[in-house]
Amino acid sequence: MSEITQAFAAAAAMIAGLDAKLVEIVTLSLRVSLAAVLIASVIGLPLGAAVAVNRFAGRRPLIVVLNALMGLPPVVVGLVVYLMLSRAGPLGELGILFTPAAMVVAQTILILPIVAALSRQVVEDAWEEYREQLRSLGAGPAQSAVTLLWDTRYSLVTIVLAGFGRAAAEVGAVMIVGGNIDGVTRVMTTAIALETSKGDLPLALGLGVILLALVLALNAAAYWVKEAAQRRLG
Amino acid sequence: MGLRHAAWAAVLVAALGAAVPGAHAQKYITVASTTSTEQSGLFRHILPLFHSETGIEVRVVALGTGQALDLGRRGDADVVLVHDRAAEERFVEQGYAIGRKDLMYNDFILVGPKRDPARVGGGKDIMTALRAISAARAPFVSRGDRSGTHAAELRFWKLAGVDVAASGGTWYRETGSGMGPALNTASAMNAYVLSDRATWLSFKNRGELAIVVEGDPRLYNQYGVMLVEPARHAHVKRELAETFIAWLVSPAGQKAIASYRIGGEQLFFPNAKP
Repeated sequence: MSEITQAFAAAAAMIAGLDAKLVEIVTLSLRVSLAAVLIASVIGLPLGAAVAVNRFAGRRPLIVVLNALMGLPPVVVGLVVYLMLSRAGPLGELGILFTPAAMVVAQTILILPIVAALSRQVVEDAWEEYREQLRSLGAGPAQSAVTLLWDTRYSLVTIVLAGFGRAAAEVGAVMIVGGNIDGVTRVMTTAIALETSKGDLPLALGLGVILLALVLALNAAAYWVKEAAQRRLG
Repeated sequence: MGLRHAAWAAVLVAALGAAVPGAHAQKYITVASTTSTEQSGLFRHILPLFHSETGIEVRVVALGTGQALDLGRRGDADVVLVHDRAAEERFVEQGYAIGRKDLMYNDFILVGPKRDPARVGGGKDIMTALRAISAARAPFVSRGDRSGTHAAELRFWKLAGVDVAASGGTWYRETGSGMGPALNTASAMNAYVLSDRATWLSFKNRGELAIVVEGDPRLYNQYGVMLVEPARHAHVKRELAETFIAWLVSPAGQKAIASYRIGGEQLFFPNAKP
């Protein structure tokens, strides 16, 4: 029990002191995961909507694959991205291994299936409901997709948040492609893994408390924005 | 696509630009090294000194020796700094690196529970201790990760004449993890474990663990540093990397290494040949 108390004390001390190292790590964590969730949403939401409103050969297998990919193990994603970006790999020329850019790539791959698969389900449910109406208005698949994405936007926010949560919480992929380099690619989760390795469990857990608080704050902000928008726009 | 869509697109692009972290423009090299050098805090102690003298940033990726050598082999690092002499010399022979130099040393220690179920405490002979552990079938945690410490441990078992492969899974437990996690595991199951001294000194979650064997000359642990072969990997930052290696083995670098202490205890002993 004392270790848990110590963890909260360590977290409080780090936050109160606005530890420069901590600020750097937190900032990098947020930037990497927000970039990943942004890219994954820009690709994943339209992809999910497109699969929802179109009927084509191989659609069912595609849905099954998308759903299955939600369970991608981060460490496997990390390994594959590492092999691609390694100097000995096909994209080695880019020279972005062990940089934040590589971490964004890995996290994007990790959460893209989550965003695409869940938005496909949400949009398809709405499609079932409004299909006739959209048809009678003469909307084609593309226009229907855009309309339905807009109609389901509040549900989609939750999906995007789920993607962000997954990105911010994973350690397996960023550890491999980022290398946990002090001051360059060290993020919250890799810092927690490092402190655990050093046997400093209270500090590791303290960092975990801060990570949780951050994710909580972000979700609260998103919820508040959603509520406010719903009240205003109905 | 109306004006509103275009505006949204512009906001997205701007947000993306702000979120994707920019690349650092300054001069830097990448060093593949071991967890013991990173986690003990040595690099945090010496790298700022090197940076202030030369303006070169050193980025350390800390892994087990086997994985660190793999990084060098694939050209993902400019410098390799590890501790498995046999593997390092093989690495140079195979043409993956050049100019290997002895850098510093410390020693391995055998750590175990204070109540010492295999009764190895106090001795200086690592072979006798390992045979006692095997005879008592006392839990022993192995790194099992091709690290320098794992290589040393397997060498010691062989010299002691114990076939650990045959007892895998019973008292001999391969964790496939770094030194810190292996110590955490040993601490939780009150097992024996071979550790480098630097990691042990900086390790906080000791629980019931203490040093049970130290001081055997065979427990000597040599660190070496080498340049990844630029002829094989054209992108290797040869000039910057050679500056770093030259500094490490220079009197200034050696002094910096010697001055790193935890609780008054020196962790690494420089021994580069001038």
